[in-house]
Amino acid sequence: MSNKATLQRRPLVKKILEGADDDPLVIAGLGSSNWDITEAGDRPLNMPLWGGMGAPVGMGLGLALAQPRKRVLVITGDGDMLMSLGSLATVATQQPDNLAIVVLDNEKFGETGNQATHTSPRNNGPTESGAGADLGLIAKGCGIADVGIVREAGEVAQLVKDVRTKKGPIFRVVKVMVEKLEFVMPPQDGAHLKDRFRQALLGHP
Amino acid sequence: MNAETSIKSGADWRDQIFDVLQAHDIKQVYHVPDAGHSRLIEHCQRSNAIRTVTLTTEEEGIALAAGAWLGGQRSVLLMQSSGVGNTINLMGLTKTLRFPFLTLITMRGEWGEFNSWQYPMGQGTPKVLDAMGVLLYPVDKAAEVKATVDAAARAAFNGGQAVAVLLRQKLIGIKDFGKKTAR
Repeated sequence: MSNKATLQRRPLVKKILEGADDDPLVIAGLGSSNWDITEAGDRPLNMPLWGGMGAPVGMGLGLALAQPRKRVLVITGDGDMLMSLGSLATVATQQPDNLAIVVLDNEKFGETGNQATHTSPRNNGPTESGAGADLGLIAKGCGIADVGIVREAGEVAQLVKDVRTKKGPIFRVVKVMVEKLEFVMPPQDGAHLKDRFRQALLGHP
Repeated sequence: MNAETSIKSGADWRDQIFDVLQAHDIKQVYHVPDAGHSRLIEHCQRSNAIRTVTLTTEEEGIALAAGAWLGGQRSVLLMQSSGVGNTINLMGLTKTLRFPFLTLITMRGEWGEFNSWQYPMGQGTPKVLDAMGVLLYPVDKAAEVKATVDAAARAAFNGGQAVAVLLRQKLIGIKDFGKKTAR
């Protein structure tokens, strides 16, 4: 059930979002990433998804193109990212300099019982084997030049700085532990989440 | 620029669609390359006012449209009926987020279609869109395209609906590879 990672997702996301005010605009994928950004502090400029698996990178791109002067941050998991690998090539065609994508990779489908995703190692036993898929290499191969993988606590400060300020598009994979964490839930009504986001950003719903 | 695509705006229903999109302040246009939409796509690609994004699969277009709306911009997704099936789960976002959504769909698998592989999704397109609560604006006469796209854009961006214009195969014309060689 475990992997070799040592980083914990919740304190990491909290650091990434520290001091968030009218920037960055944040899209979080369904499940754990949603609960992670919500524990860091629910705010109108968070768009936490409760469904729409595979949508966060596309949503982040549409938002980044519409709001070129705002930083847009997509935070999602490996399972969600695997469902929309092509969207990384679509990001690369547009080269949005305000978009950062962070994949919290615990090598598991967390919401359905921690089954191995394709980023789990091969030959890892009958129920824990994946493909050893490297999301960073995939992003690079799709045409996103600034790609990194983060494994150690000592790399977190640089990660935070990069995703908040470095010229995009940037893509970071963070290997995180498999943990059983409390659900910290934002409002569920999608229309409400959308309206409060637009109200805060545009001054009208 | 080739001769076909340099035709002045307004002369043809494909050009009229471009005019309607501009009139409705569409800022982002998403597409998977499509023969029926090719001339419109080229208009959009040459426009300085519109960002044109080529997708790897049509469902990305739903996600992009939601993101654009969050950021205050209107968009349109151009696709072929065969791409509609790729969008269906994410099409649910138009209901859960309740955001205006406009798609223009070139139909295959209906009027005189020669390729049997186009029929299942072509025939299924109106049914699956209807099942997801998308309003259907079909059009098969060139003279009615402009008014139909305009009405669909109003329903989407003024009425807050998810709307699909179905550009029927009767309008677009029967695709034919010409003389076929049996193998």
